[in-house]
Amino acid sequence: MAMAIRSLLIFLCIQSIAVPTFSLYEDQAGLMDWHQKYIGKVKHAVFQTQKTGRKRVLVSTEENVIASLDLRHGEIFWRHVLGTDDAIDGIDIAMGKYLITLSSEGSILRAWNLPDGQMWWESFLQGSSDSKSFLFVPTSSKVDKDNTILVFGKGSLHAVSSIHGDIVWKVDFPDESFEVQEVIQHHDSNIIYVVGFVGSSHFDVYQINAKNGELLKHDSAAFDGGFSGEVSLVSKAKLVVLDAARSTLLTISFQKGEISFQKTYISDLVKGFSGIAMILPSKLTGLFAVKTITATTFISMSSEGQLEVVDKINHATVISDALSFSEDRQAFALVQHGDSDIHLNVKQNHDWSSDLLKERIKLNQQRGFVHRVFMNNYVRTDKSHGFRALIVMEDHSLLLLQQGEIVWSREDGLASIIGVTTSELPVEKEGVSVAKVEQNLFEWLKEHMLKVKGALMLASAEDLAAIQGMGLRSSEKSKMTRDHNGFRKLLIVLTNSGKLFALHTGDGRIVWSLLLNSLRQSEACENPTGINVYQWQVPHHHAMDENPSVLVVGRCKPSSDALGIFSFVDTYTGKELKSFGLDHSIAQVIQLPFTDSTEQHLHLLIDTSGQAHLYPRTPEAVSIFQLEFSNIYWYSVEADNGVIKGHGLKSNCDGEVANNYCFGAREVWSIVFPLETEKIITTITRKSNEVVHTQAKVVADQDVMYKYISKNLLFVATVSPKASGDIGSATPEESHLVVYVVDTVTGRILHRMNHHGSQGPVHAVFSENWIVYHHFNLRAHRYEMTVIEIYDQSRADNKDVWKIVLGKHNLTSPMSSYSRPGVTTKSQSYYFTQSVKAISVTSTAKGITSKHLLIGTIGDQVLAMDKRFFDPRRSVNPTQSEKEEGILPLTDSLPIIPQSYVTHALKVEGLRGIVTVPAKLESATLVFTHGVDLFFTRLAPSRTYDSLTEDFSYALLLITIVALLVAIFVTWVLSEKKDLSDKWR
Amino acid sequence: MKKPALFRVFALFLVISSLHAFQSDELDEEFGLEGGNLQPQEQILDPVVPTRSTPTRGKYSDSDSDSKIQITLEQAFGDSDFFPAATFSARLKTWSHGAQTLTKLRFSRNSFTEVEKQKFQKLLEEDEFYRIRLPSNVLNPTGKDFVISSVRARCLPRDGLDEHFVIHTEGVNILAVNYGSPGACPYPRQLRFPAKWSFNSHTVLKNSEQAPRTPTFAEDVPGELGEGETVPPPERSFWAKYWMYLIPLGLIVMNAMTQAMNLPEEQATGQSGAQPAAAIQRGPSPAVRRR
Repeated sequence: MAMAIRSLLIFLCIQSIAVPTFSLYEDQAGLMDWHQKYIGKVKHAVFQTQKTGRKRVLVSTEENVIASLDLRHGEIFWRHVLGTDDAIDGIDIAMGKYLITLSSEGSILRAWNLPDGQMWWESFLQGSSDSKSFLFVPTSSKVDKDNTILVFGKGSLHAVSSIHGDIVWKVDFPDESFEVQEVIQHHDSNIIYVVGFVGSSHFDVYQINAKNGELLKHDSAAFDGGFSGEVSLVSKAKLVVLDAARSTLLTISFQKGEISFQKTYISDLVKGFSGIAMILPSKLTGLFAVKTITATTFISMSSEGQLEVVDKINHATVISDALSFSEDRQAFALVQHGDSDIHLNVKQNHDWSSDLLKERIKLNQQRGFVHRVFMNNYVRTDKSHGFRALIVMEDHSLLLLQQGEIVWSREDGLASIIGVTTSELPVEKEGVSVAKVEQNLFEWLKEHMLKVKGALMLASAEDLAAIQGMGLRSSEKSKMTRDHNGFRKLLIVLTNSGKLFALHTGDGRIVWSLLLNSLRQSEACENPTGINVYQWQVPHHHAMDENPSVLVVGRCKPSSDALGIFSFVDTYTGKELKSFGLDHSIAQVIQLPFTDSTEQHLHLLIDTSGQAHLYPRTPEAVSIFQLEFSNIYWYSVEADNGVIKGHGLKSNCDGEVANNYCFGAREVWSIVFPLETEKIITTITRKSNEVVHTQAKVVADQDVMYKYISKNLLFVATVSPKASGDIGSATPEESHLVVYVVDTVTGRILHRMNHHGSQGPVHAVFSENWIVYHHFNLRAHRYEMTVIEIYDQSRADNKDVWKIVLGKHNLTSPMSSYSRPGVTTKSQSYYFTQSVKAISVTSTAKGITSKHLLIGTIGDQVLAMDKRFFDPRRSVNPTQSEKEEGILPLTDSLPIIPQSYVTHALKVEGLRGIVTVPAKLESATLVFTHGVDLFFTRLAPSRTYDSLTEDFSYALLLITIVALLVAIFVTWVLSEKKDLSDKWR
Repeated sequence: MKKPALFRVFALFLVISSLHAFQSDELDEEFGLEGGNLQPQEQILDPVVPTRSTPTRGKYSDSDSDSKIQITLEQAFGDSDFFPAATFSARLKTWSHGAQTLTKLRFSRNSFTEVEKQKFQKLLEEDEFYRIRLPSNVLNPTGKDFVISSVRARCLPRDGLDEHFVIHTEGVNILAVNYGSPGACPYPRQLRFPAKWSFNSHTVLKNSEQAPRTPTFAEDVPGELGEGETVPPPERSFWAKYWMYLIPLGLIVMNAMTQAMNLPEEQATGQSGAQPAAAIQRGPSPAVRRR
């Protein structure tokens, strides 16, 4: 009989191995997951509203996205994400049907079909030197055959046919350091003027024949004061530029082969001017704007070159480019900030005093200042000219203004997430009855009747659609209270713009958003950037009456030695509790595993000089900290020097910043990689909050292996310096990849392994006692994934049950890093066909559920792979007992099963990170993937073994039970009757 | 290449056995290399308390040139400055392909002076760090790059002072040194003074281990899940193979048998069925009596 049970078990095991994937049915898409599409902060925008049909705006963004947006609703018609190193320099519309983009510092020119976004042609522009790049699409009124685009890039001027992308001609300028500032082509003339600077004090004008690229004329003139970059083309032959000291305006006229300079001191025009000025980039005729520290001054230029101040605005102001909306009439938009609203003025170029349009728009305070404005015109129903403006805000959001209202807005700041954490939702307060949540009884009954119908396969197609719709908008999943299973949470994300968003995990909606004042430009902090967001206070004991809060850490400048910034935000209300600047820099933020009596997490901040600062700055925190003072260690990685150092704490720090919360550090250990043979490319540690259920792993034949579980392990990957470039830059002989597992307390190297002929980039994930990393094998010309598992030998002899019963074991003895570790490692490599952008691993509440690796593939999808595929103990012919344990037969490559893409049909464009958060339910884990897009889903790596599925019909169960009870009762009555009649017979 | 190596190992064995008189038994790197290339390349050096320069040069008839170098181990008590404490002497081996490696490491430790003893005792009392360092580049030490390792002083004392070095090398560079007690150092650490103030040193030299090769199979072997290739399972007994058919069969048979046994009974009762029926009619049943 035992044999029979055994065979049954094997059968079940094999059954479970055979389908180790989880997939969903078509109608389940969107039930547990949501997907949001973004584009990023808009850099350029061109409108396409001339033709009939759907009006659209074409934009390029700082996330290297080009997109076509619906002008009515702001939805994306089509979108392309260019690579991370393919920054867009300019976009324009050519021939009314192509979108032309210039990218990669002026070396790639592409044309996209406007209606559907298909690429029409692509041209690579070669050149000798790196230079500013420039796209100029002549606006010729008549569509002639040789419609050419002028592109300056890589030091030469190219004329490219807009029909098929061929280079018609190319001009190399004799002077290599010639920096083109403007390309001017007068209306339907054959002469192109190219103006620019050579060095800092020479102004050059080239005249080029537009037909064949022949250099017609070259004029040059020198100016002693030098130039400072920004140029404003005021009229067809006049430029305004600042001198090198940025205090004098220079008007340069270059018509008819003569170059003349005219100097005007800004202090003559603007009273009380001091410091430096800046010309705002704009393309207006007869007008330009000069920005000083205090104000923005608009200066007009008469045809004789006389400068005159027309207006001076003290608020933050943004102007758009000029737009010609009818014959010889040009307008531009001017946006100023009021107290709580913005003023949009549309003015004509030559007439400052009157406004074509004057609007005042109420705006959410959380959007900050207007950064860019793009203007478009339309014809109103009364045949007059109307104007709409597309504005880009400080928080990277995009808004369309028309008729004094916000027509639509897009939160495109979410395309650049730099930090993610989660927060629990409020506990459901008493007094909220079920009836309140479920709208009314009739609705509830109807819903359940539908579900019953669905379960009994009686539902029609309409009913099915209704059931699916119900699931999608189920009020249950987007409620603002904590749920029993821990599926509902708030995702707190910090974006590049310094705005904090709280997203609901149920449907992905923005619960609140906050533009952090401490991360905005100010006098104290000129260019602040966010670093990350951490959980600061997580109340468990006072969950009913205290709100959790998060800590946002930033620094004043992007360089690491800048002073730090702290900001605390309440996660329920979205209000900033307090914020302050720190008196030290931030190199590392370490969340300590201690909390004080108010359940604030203790944080240790390491500055660039190696001193440690404790937060919160309370005596209580110090007293908690002192208890574990001698047991706190951390490490630092200096990738450029090839050094990893371990640090321990020393007494309070000395120097001018001495206080009770500052501690000195000492170097405890160091590892020096020889720079000529090894270069650090990746370091990774375990997640500090990871839970491991058991240390013991029962292997075949009732044997036990003990996992070496230490939180202080660091995985380091180094490559030979030659192989640190792209794949293919080094031969297999000269490239090698060495991986290390280092104990960060003692600096002990626990494992060291050399992959000859392999190179990076290395993406790795570290969990429990194993590491999986992805690298390229040059000899096999394939990507590989290697697993290392670390086992503890010192506990290996605790196998005897009697020993454990009698307490003669060392399982409960505390582990010390200072003991000499007896570890064994097992490792194995497998081929993997895809290159990888990120790797993560599922995490669950108690760590019982088996793990899945989440691999962000090059196709911007997330692939879930069972950890069993990465088992180093896989062998070609697993024995019966190994099969029972769940070991798969060895294969040389890892299978990619299409059903195991957790993103199913969707793509997370520009994928950057995968964050996993455990739910309260042990079998479930929440996965949040961010890039340009956001994607969230809930996974059950071992299926939901501990709960019923969401579509489980309780009503059906109830009805069945009731029916059974009725049946029992009826049959009981019947049998009683029969009995009685039998007895009377 | 294989033959000389084997010969060398053999010669080494002879040498080792002959060197038994002085307590240094050294292993050459070839010792660990032959055979399993998956094993870490380790050299284990047992304690060499007073080192004697042994004439080992003559045993090697390699064309590879090698030279001797000295590496100074420095120590520090707590946060004090480093000062020399011991020397490693190693042989620098230049391979025919130009690479250089360190082999045949030997260690000689200066015993503690009185002042050092006091300092160490203070460390023991305070549970402070005892730190050591080695230059990272042994050929031309810049005096700048050191690999440091430290241990809580209370981990060292046993009978004497037991220490254990693991030196990770990459060519002629020392990547890291791991220093600590050779055994466990349970936490919380107890204050204990050594019985005798002499060091008992163990040294291991480690090189990088070779990563296992990715298994390669011919095209046809594994299916998508590797299920295609299943070896015919070992012949199982008749019962093990067909239990799932046999059990239901048995049950059916048993069922049939009980039914068959019931049938004659029923027939028997059927024949005498009139009597009990009559009896019921005559005598009131208990249920009836209750009413």
